[in-house]
Amino acid sequence: MSSLVVENLSIEFGGVRAVDSVSFEVEPGETFAIIGPNGAGKSTIFNLISRIYEPTGGSIHYGERSLLDVPAHRVVDLGIARTFQNIDLFEQATVLQNLLVGRHSRMSRNLARDFLFVAGARSREREHRRKVEDIIDLLEIAQYRDQRISDLPYGARKNVELARALCAEPTLLLLDEPASGLNQEETDDVSFWLDDIKHDLGVTLVMVEHDMGLVGRVADRVMAINDGKLLAIGTPEEVRADPAVQQAYLGTVA
Amino acid sequence: MQIVFKTSYDQDINLLSKTGEYIRVTLVVLLMLAAPLFLDAYYLSELGLLLVYVIAGVGLMILTGFTGQVSFGHAAFLGIGAYCHSILLTAGVPFTVSIILTTTFTGLIGMMIGRSASRMHGFYLAVATLAFLIIIETVLGEWTSLTGGYAGLAVPELQIFGYYLSELWQQYYVDLALTLFVVWGAANLLRSPTGRSFLAVRDSELSARSLGVNVEWVKIQSFGVSAAITGLAGVLLAHHLSYLAPETFGVLESLKLLLMIVVGGLGSIPGAIFGAIFVSLLPVILSLLRDVLPEAMSQQAGLEPMFFGLIIVLFVVFEPDGINGRWRKLLHFFETFPYYRKASFVRQKSYLKTERMR
Repeated sequence: MSSLVVENLSIEFGGVRAVDSVSFEVEPGETFAIIGPNGAGKSTIFNLISRIYEPTGGSIHYGERSLLDVPAHRVVDLGIARTFQNIDLFEQATVLQNLLVGRHSRMSRNLARDFLFVAGARSREREHRRKVEDIIDLLEIAQYRDQRISDLPYGARKNVELARALCAEPTLLLLDEPASGLNQEETDDVSFWLDDIKHDLGVTLVMVEHDMGLVGRVADRVMAINDGKLLAIGTPEEVRADPAVQQAYLGTVA
Repeated sequence: MQIVFKTSYDQDINLLSKTGEYIRVTLVVLLMLAAPLFLDAYYLSELGLLLVYVIAGVGLMILTGFTGQVSFGHAAFLGIGAYCHSILLTAGVPFTVSIILTTTFTGLIGMMIGRSASRMHGFYLAVATLAFLIIIETVLGEWTSLTGGYAGLAVPELQIFGYYLSELWQQYYVDLALTLFVVWGAANLLRSPTGRSFLAVRDSELSARSLGVNVEWVKIQSFGVSAAITGLAGVLLAHHLSYLAPETFGVLESLKLLLMIVVGGLGSIPGAIFGAIFVSLLPVILSLLRDVLPEAMSQQAGLEPMFFGLIIVLFVVFEPDGINGRWRKLLHFFETFPYYRKASFVRQKSYLKTERMR
């Protein structure tokens, strides 16, 4: 198991320092939450880790490997998968196809052999389908299996996106607001699943979340940021009690 | 009402799982095999041409319908295929070797275009592919020593393993065999990781990338297969035309291919087939219609393009899913009779999407 080590990470967009030398470390097996007001740079940190943005300074290591040496489509090979803030599924494809794309990094593929569907292709498909079915069972989305994403309600899409990330068999999962737009009951479901994912699958979780109830329930440690700068790291209670965090959320006492 | 009860993963892996599909496809194939028995020469050659357009349509469908990369330049691949094949045949290369060399060559050119197109989106890609088409058309016209220029190039007779296949029905069976192969291959792609990565790139490059899909490479591959298949259609088209001229492979031909897959139904293999049937049947229907229409109308020069345009506009407005979409609704109506509701196919507006980081 490897830990995620982020050191002095910075990125500038024009004159705006969206992330300003932020350092943190995520231990294997823990649940780490990033909180902060809107525009604090939480999602930007995720996009830096998944290599969508190129940082202007600092380093990101996962285990021995430096993520900055790896192109965006290779990040998943290191065992890092993610979900997106505004659900980013393959809309015109079925749930099953979406989940099978989730297996992409684990499947052997070759254009000519796929075109001819050579011997062995069928057993490969079956084998990966079996893995996909495990995830389908875990997240209880069996009834949607053959539906197109564009036909699914919002909550189901959230689950499918989580399932798709899990299909890559990650060791580290980046969840960008897993509970946004969900009702109380659905949020409770999410917190149970996150527990399952952590304990049964042994996945390290890093999440950006606004729902402090959920954060308090599932997170081992919390990092608060504001204006791209780190405010506090610690247990949920410690961070909640931190004066700088309270000031960022509630403003200064006049 | 029919309910498919799935008991095996194979039912999802098989190309045809429903009994109805099985029967329909078998019937169509049998009918196609038997066609030379009951069709006269004119209709048989039209049917052969239709098959060529099915191949070209599948080629473009892979790129535009499955990978989401619009191409206004696909007639160029048709042209390169036709010319390359004819030139090789004239040089004495056997048919089977020439067909392999030609598809490989057009495929490689497609990959080169894909390499430069992999960073372009939407409108810019359309313009770039259009420019490519114009370049190829000009080259075909001006490189007189190789292509015969605007005077044209005669296509040698169809000859396989030393046997002349000059009869119409023999040529038709060559078309049919290759059509079945291409359709089967394209369907295979879709049930494999490569084809799924095409769909992924079409719907969201961002999340495709985060799942390990090399988006640039997928686009190069997609352009490559698409061009190779369209090149193959060009090879067969050359034998149908028997005389090649650069104007044949111009912008209008490109538009025809594009309109074919739009009317047929983007994003499905049956769509390419329906589209080919549509563009091949329409001129036949129009020529019949000319006899009925009053003289003032039937003698108008733009009658054919007008009907083409009108039908396309009607499809875009009323049935964006194309003929294939209409067909699926019809099937659904019978399968769920009497429970069909119009709302079954009404799609919700998509939720907010992450567009910033394309």
